[in-house]
Amino acid sequence: MGKITNQEVLDKIAAKFGDQVSVIGEPHSLLTVETGREQIIDLLTFLKNDATLQFIFLTDITAIHYPEQEKPIGIIYHLHSLVNNVRIRIKVFVADGDVHMPTATVLWDGANWMERETYDFFGVVFDGHPDLRRILNVDDMTVFPMRKEYPLEDPNRVDKKDYFFGR
Amino acid sequence: MSDIQIVNAPPGVEGSGFFATSLDKAIGLARSHSLWPLPFATSCCGIEFMATMGSHYDLSRFGAERLSFSPRQADLLMVMGTISKKMAPVLRQVYLQMAEPRWVMAVGACASSGGIFDTYSVLQGIDEVIPVDVYVPGCPPRPEAIIDGFMNIQKLVQTESLRRRNEPKYQELLAKYGIQ
Repeated sequence: MGKITNQEVLDKIAAKFGDQVSVIGEPHSLLTVETGREQIIDLLTFLKNDATLQFIFLTDITAIHYPEQEKPIGIIYHLHSLVNNVRIRIKVFVADGDVHMPTATVLWDGANWMERETYDFFGVVFDGHPDLRRILNVDDMTVFPMRKEYPLEDPNRVDKKDYFFGR
Repeated sequence: MSDIQIVNAPPGVEGSGFFATSLDKAIGLARSHSLWPLPFATSCCGIEFMATMGSHYDLSRFGAERLSFSPRQADLLMVMGTISKKMAPVLRQVYLQMAEPRWVMAVGACASSGGIFDTYSVLQGIDEVIPVDVYVPGCPPRPEAIIDGFMNIQKLVQTESLRRRNEPKYQELLAKYGIQ
């Protein structure tokens, strides 16, 4: 357990941002909040620089794709307060035709590669990123492989069955 | 009689005090028992190859004592492990930097066909980018299988003409891969 409860974190956020930040839930006591694209950098700045919260460590930036939702692509930030030993997860959902986000590299240099990876796999364009290239896949790839828009493998294939490989 | 095994002489004309054979066969014999492998090990098959190089299986018996981790002086490119599409140009460059005569062995399911990784990011067999002489099946192949593949390469080397690259068939094969 951290030195600071989720409720205290929430109260501080609510005092500053009001209804611009909504709580999704607390699965496994990990506080999860949702906000909009306009507030995200302000929220991250606040969480990082607030004297008591001190969420100074950016654990990860990634994304998720729910094709059935109105705003299918979610960008997810994980922050960790090394001082208080608490974590928070922030989600921002954007529409399919407008997958843009402001970059978090203004706050953490470590966001550079995380955002490159998120762009590589989900096609999220981070505006203001110093060097937005693919990082893991080949440069000439035209698709974003982690989006759920590709058919699964043909279940009737037999050419890669185990017995061909001595298993 | 000592139980040391010596390689048999190639077929030729034998008489008292002389032995005549073709230069191809003599060179092939020498080459096949001093193949210098260049291990291109990317995953589990590479670990299996380390066991093959170890004292128990001892690939050095075949004259493959010197593992070349550079294309210089290497004869046999052993590709062991998954080759992703991003790695393919690197593998191809290593192959191109090797001097003739050169042979290629694809060890394991991944190098031969992509194996279980039937994915957008994995090359479905290295024969898409470089010509392959011997495929070793298995996932991963046991050291015996790697040695079997190695001995198959040796057979190839022994029966090959001295200047393989001058043969039209070989040039046609390389042209298919856009080499030279």
